[in-house]
Amino acid sequence: MTPPAVCSTSIRFEDIDKRYGGLYALRRVSLEVAAGECIVLAGRNGSGKTTLLRIAAGLVRPSAGKVSFSNVGSDQGGAKRVGFVAHATMVYDDLTAEENLLLFARLLGVAQAMQRVEALLREAGLFDRRDSLVRTFSRGMRQRVAIARALLNAPGILLLDEPATGLDPQGTGWLADTLRRMRVDGCTIVMSLHGESEISALATRAIRLDAGAIVADTRSGADLRSILAFADA
Amino acid sequence: MWKRGLVGAAVLSLVAASAYASFFIAPTERTMGLIQRIFYFHAASAWAGMTAFSVCFVANLLYVWRRQPKWDSLGVSAAEVGLAFITIVLITGPIWAKPVWGIYWTWDARLTSTFVLWLLYISYLLLRTLIEEPDRRALLSALFGIFAFLDVPLVFGAIRWWRTQHPAPVIMGGPGSGLEPTMRAVFFFSVFALHALMAFLIVERYGLEKLRMELDIIRREAEAL
Amino acid sequence: MSLFANTTVLLGKELRTEFRSRELLTTTIVFILIVLVLFSFTFDPLSDEARRFGAGLLWLAFLFAASLMLQPCFLREQPNDTLSALRLSVSDPFAIFLAKLAANTLFLLLTELLLLPIFAVMYNVRVLPALHWIVLVFFLGSFGVSIAGTALSAISAQARMRELLLPLLLLPLLTPILIASTEVTSALLDHSPYVQWKGVGFLVAFDVVFLTALWLFGEYLLEE
Repeated sequence: MTPPAVCSTSIRFEDIDKRYGGLYALRRVSLEVAAGECIVLAGRNGSGKTTLLRIAAGLVRPSAGKVSFSNVGSDQGGAKRVGFVAHATMVYDDLTAEENLLLFARLLGVAQAMQRVEALLREAGLFDRRDSLVRTFSRGMRQRVAIARALLNAPGILLLDEPATGLDPQGTGWLADTLRRMRVDGCTIVMSLHGESEISALATRAIRLDAGAIVADTRSGADLRSILAFADA
Repeated sequence: MWKRGLVGAAVLSLVAASAYASFFIAPTERTMGLIQRIFYFHAASAWAGMTAFSVCFVANLLYVWRRQPKWDSLGVSAAEVGLAFITIVLITGPIWAKPVWGIYWTWDARLTSTFVLWLLYISYLLLRTLIEEPDRRALLSALFGIFAFLDVPLVFGAIRWWRTQHPAPVIMGGPGSGLEPTMRAVFFFSVFALHALMAFLIVERYGLEKLRMELDIIRREAEAL
Repeated sequence: MSLFANTTVLLGKELRTEFRSRELLTTTIVFILIVLVLFSFTFDPLSDEARRFGAGLLWLAFLFAASLMLQPCFLREQPNDTLSALRLSVSDPFAIFLAKLAANTLFLLLTELLLLPIFAVMYNVRVLPALHWIVLVFFLGSFGVSIAGTALSAISAQARMRELLLPLLLLPLLTPILIASTEVTSALLDHSPYVQWKGVGFLVAFDVVFLTALWLFGEYLLEE
């Protein structure tokens, strides 16, 4: 069956501040992500990548500034569809892989949920284990479920926080193929990664964060490899 | 700086004046005698406490809406001051009850409700000590404060109904008992004096809270380096 | 997806998770039984005063059990950060609360109805004549307990000492429920000719006030 049509969405961060007590996780971050761009966020732990992604996902409210979205293409008036892969898997250990995906598909209002879930399970290589509780899965398999969950409603924005964590080479290959396909379909992708890989090669732009601020951007002429190179300096 | 001292002195004189009025100006009550004079502090403290909790409620709502730390500081200041006045109510009630009814605690409707009120706001303060991150603490305690305040009329109503099912001695006369004009004047003067004290204490506590928050920020920044 | 549709789907998940393991139900039932037995040691269980105290003890037992049973409500959503997944998937965050409080009300009601015959036997109380009214009070009371408990468990899940904190926050708040439920139930067990409508009124008032408060402020309870 044909998956639902992807709609391309642009993101704009305006003067985003995020404070926790007196400490700034993000400081005056402004960023424009064009529809269909594929961006890599690089930076040390604690540089603000996760916070920025969670603000884009709508899970964290910024202390100042705002985030806005706009759909490009056929579904301009529709609500934005966001897929998010976080540090945690965000799936229920006590439900099966199929039950998990079906739950979220139904909540999201995905049409023909059952077929969509089956198709995704097949693509992720989990169809044989669909009736097993997620608790019995390896870390890599749980990550595949997490990624499948993010793809359920053909999001116009895909936000991924170190998505290759725990994946074996096969899983990483599947993730790279999926991201490649989403990019072709016009989905906007923002992902945080550590270092160069098969996944980072898909990026059209790279941004480096340090101590809550953007310090380098390939759009302003910085070199992609040096942004990705994991320098502790 | 000295202005605060002046205001403080003025407030204290007001309270002293109302104490004088309670003991020397108000006429002695016919049936209960001397001990009835405690009523002026007891009831006025209750009113001041409730006003303080109302301020806390408004501060809580404003924090949830605006997320400015000052509303959180105002909320905790008002809650602490309110709790202090309510504690006075809970102490003066039994002091009155013992000579009149022979027992300290009669489970009188208003006093029992006040006790539940006291427990609710103690929980509010306890909750705050158990959340470290300042913004989380402010938001979650504001939300609990809102729920607690909404519960107050239900608590008072339910306990009053409960007491009509199981009647018991009433502290300082029920709603029907009237006040002679001089007594009423002394009472309202006490209410005014204690409200002035309440406002002064809230402002002072608020100032202290702001200093604490600044110190906390400096300490966290130092730790991060 | 509408609020109703989301709530139904989530309620299905809550029920499926619980009925698969039944851990919450079984531990709650056993806890209430223990409390009822322990209470009986503090006075003469067959005397007349026992029948007068019975309703109060029953509701106290329910409240204590609820303050324990409601703790996992949001704690369960923490291990894999599934709460974030829910927040991202539903159209209205109130659906998350509605589903949880519907599930909690159901579990509480189930344990209460299972324990009612045991209570009747232990304390020699006849419940059949007024059974339908008793079920109504159980429902209204449990609904109120669930609303407050679900909201407060979202708060306590984010604090330290959460095992002690939820009962601390919840029990004083539930004073109106305890009083009203006890008075109405007591009158029913005493075979009083009329229902204590004022008590029922308090229960309904509590339920309406807190459901509205949860609707207005729920999404802030879920914020990170």
